[in-house]
Amino acid sequence: MSKFEYAPAPESRAVVDIASSYGLFIGGEFVEPAEGGSFKTLNPATEESLADVSQAGAADVDRAVRAARRAYQRVWGPMSGTERGKYIFRIARIMQERAREFAVLETLDNGKPIKESRDVDIPIAAAHFFYHAGWADKLEYAGFTPAGSAAPKPLGVVGQIIPWNFPLLMLAWKIAPALATGNTVVLKPAETTPLTALLFAQVCQQADLPPGVVNIVTGAGETGRALVEHPDVDKIAFTGSTGVGKGIARSIAGTRKRLSLELGGKAANIVFDDAAMDQAVEGIVNGIFFNQGQVCCAGSRLLVQESVADDVVRRLKRRLQALRVGDPLDKNTDVGAINSAAQLARITELAEVGVAEGATRWSPECTLPKNGFWFAPTVFTGVSQSHRIAQEEIFGPVLSVLTFRTPQEAVAKANNTPYGLSAGIWTEKGSRILWMADQLRAGVVWANTFNRFDPTSPFGGYKESGYGREGGRHGLEAYLRLDSAPSTARSTRTGGSH
Amino acid sequence: MAAQRLPVRKTYKLYIGGKFPRSESGRSYEVFGQDRKKEFLANAAQGSRKDVRDAVKAARSAVSGWAGATAYNRGQVLYRVGEVLEGRREQFISEVAASEGLTRPLATRVVDAAIDRWVWYAGWSDKLAQVLGNLNPVAGPYFDISAPEPTGVVGVLAPQASSLLGLVSVIAPAIVSGNTVVVLTSEDRPLPAISFSEVLATSDVPAGVVNIITGRTAELAPWLASHRDVNAIDLAGAADAADVSWGELEASGADSVKRVVRPAGDGADAIEPDWSVTPDLHRVRAFLETKTVWHPKGR
Repeated sequence: MSKFEYAPAPESRAVVDIASSYGLFIGGEFVEPAEGGSFKTLNPATEESLADVSQAGAADVDRAVRAARRAYQRVWGPMSGTERGKYIFRIARIMQERAREFAVLETLDNGKPIKESRDVDIPIAAAHFFYHAGWADKLEYAGFTPAGSAAPKPLGVVGQIIPWNFPLLMLAWKIAPALATGNTVVLKPAETTPLTALLFAQVCQQADLPPGVVNIVTGAGETGRALVEHPDVDKIAFTGSTGVGKGIARSIAGTRKRLSLELGGKAANIVFDDAAMDQAVEGIVNGIFFNQGQVCCAGSRLLVQESVADDVVRRLKRRLQALRVGDPLDKNTDVGAINSAAQLARITELAEVGVAEGATRWSPECTLPKNGFWFAPTVFTGVSQSHRIAQEEIFGPVLSVLTFRTPQEAVAKANNTPYGLSAGIWTEKGSRILWMADQLRAGVVWANTFNRFDPTSPFGGYKESGYGREGGRHGLEAYLRLDSAPSTARSTRTGGSH
Repeated sequence: MAAQRLPVRKTYKLYIGGKFPRSESGRSYEVFGQDRKKEFLANAAQGSRKDVRDAVKAARSAVSGWAGATAYNRGQVLYRVGEVLEGRREQFISEVAASEGLTRPLATRVVDAAIDRWVWYAGWSDKLAQVLGNLNPVAGPYFDISAPEPTGVVGVLAPQASSLLGLVSVIAPAIVSGNTVVVLTSEDRPLPAISFSEVLATSDVPAGVVNIITGRTAELAPWLASHRDVNAIDLAGAADAADVSWGELEASGADSVKRVVRPAGDGADAIEPDWSVTPDLHRVRAFLETKTVWHPKGR
């Protein structure tokens, strides 16, 4: 078969002005860190340095929390929901106006294909602000308080820590509901992808958001720890690895800080013999190679019914040969760069473990660029449940293929993981979809589709994938003070209840 | 005149997997009334780590049946519990009066409130999905729906002071949605809980849905809080429990990402709330997961 060749179609980076260095965004302005440290953020596709970014220390985090507290007490807390909502609508509109700028910057800093940042990350991030803006003056209708009672109260100052895989989208998932419910925010973006968060700070300035309502502190794990441990933070919202999430839960235990966690996953994408095969293959590819597989809900375990396993794998391999791996700024690129050298090392190591444990490794022929961090799309067949590549989150473009015979066996294998974030089902039989959806212990189940996200649709995990939901009416709960009245009235030790 | 009849006393045992075993440790401890006389009431079984683990195992094996039952069925079973409680009202009034040192009129009010509380929660079983679930209007051709599901096995530290009203106020919100529970009773006031287990055993509640262990809270709670097959824990009973730090219990659950209901109070201080206050859905929601299902629409 002859191969269609594409001409290069690079998106222009002229739309973006990257400063040579960035301060911290505290109290409505960019300020220098107290200790004066900085680190570089790279373009992972070229290893070129994009900017120097400030390293926030404990003193800077404290300054940001104090700015957030002041804004909460003086401005954002007392403000009516309607006025608050209008600020958030403004933010949504400015993000839409500057969408191309955000998309190019995201691709430069993260390495993801421009078609994904342009068509998924940025539009959905703006949509999150638009959706939540409308909630700001309707919280008494959200169903968390008994009918007829006043609007539920915010928590206060919220510390938020987000990962590098969807930098602006995760920012939106965190900041939009926090602001809509009346909280103020100190957000720490990931150290390898701080730039769109810093551009978002400029959006806050353009929207005339009152100073201190949103504060952005850049840095690595130490900065995050200072935020988690700060005594005047009322809630921590974290998206990232299960290991770090457990550490945060341990750290805030015994305090009255609230916590929501969106952690790792090892999703099963289950294909039955009656599935619409072309669509299923597209869903498998989207499930694991979207964003280079650096997705917590990635469909990293393909469970395929034994009778069609060979056919599915053959179709999958043929489809993967058509994937275009390379320059993330090229509009035709399907698979971009891995976000960092450290992540590339982890993916490489686990793939080697897969071979060592006896699974069969396959990748399509593709030429990877010389500079930057790259990993070819990879499929492992002959994988058993005990293999590390079937158990551990790889967070890369690596698919493990397992087989099953009956729906019961598919459910048992799908649920055989400490995680429970997402799952996929491919079958044309409606009753089986609904039965499977009931059985799967996962927070999001995609049937005959995969990796769909929407501001109205709650997202979050079961088991060790975390707790709390983001998005939709359900997502508001994580930012509202809902512990009911009894904490004030104490029953007596001798009197029991009366 | 005939001699006064000698009452037949009851042996209070544990309730695990629908059976009433003694503690595998063979231990028991003395339970005294809370009135001025502090009279001896009974020897309660002093549960052990092994008893906790057996109870978790029983609770885990009961999850699929209980969570998989229809909400209507769960509602009927729980309402049945209310009926049997009502039938044993006099017994519970006496036990609560003795256990909590209450006057009879006060104990009557507490028991009545406990029965009504139970019936209130029972009626929620087939409303939760409607009240807490949603159709989500996503921006695309998809059917997208979110509904609550039970978390799984819930560990419960029952309140130390309120031996019956407090007890039902922490058990009912966990099991109404389909969770199963392992309950550590009030350490000093365990007897109404064991009598309550007799109500459960005769009310069509499947074996293992509720498991009740008496004993030393400080000894047992760490095993329950750190158990990897327990999905969530209610720390209500950490308030006023001897030698118990709720913060340490919460921390020991972090490694299995447990859902935690902290005790009431401010800061590190834990207090037992007034259980007569009408509850909201806070405790029910704490032990639910939200599952969101997507499907494309098309011709």
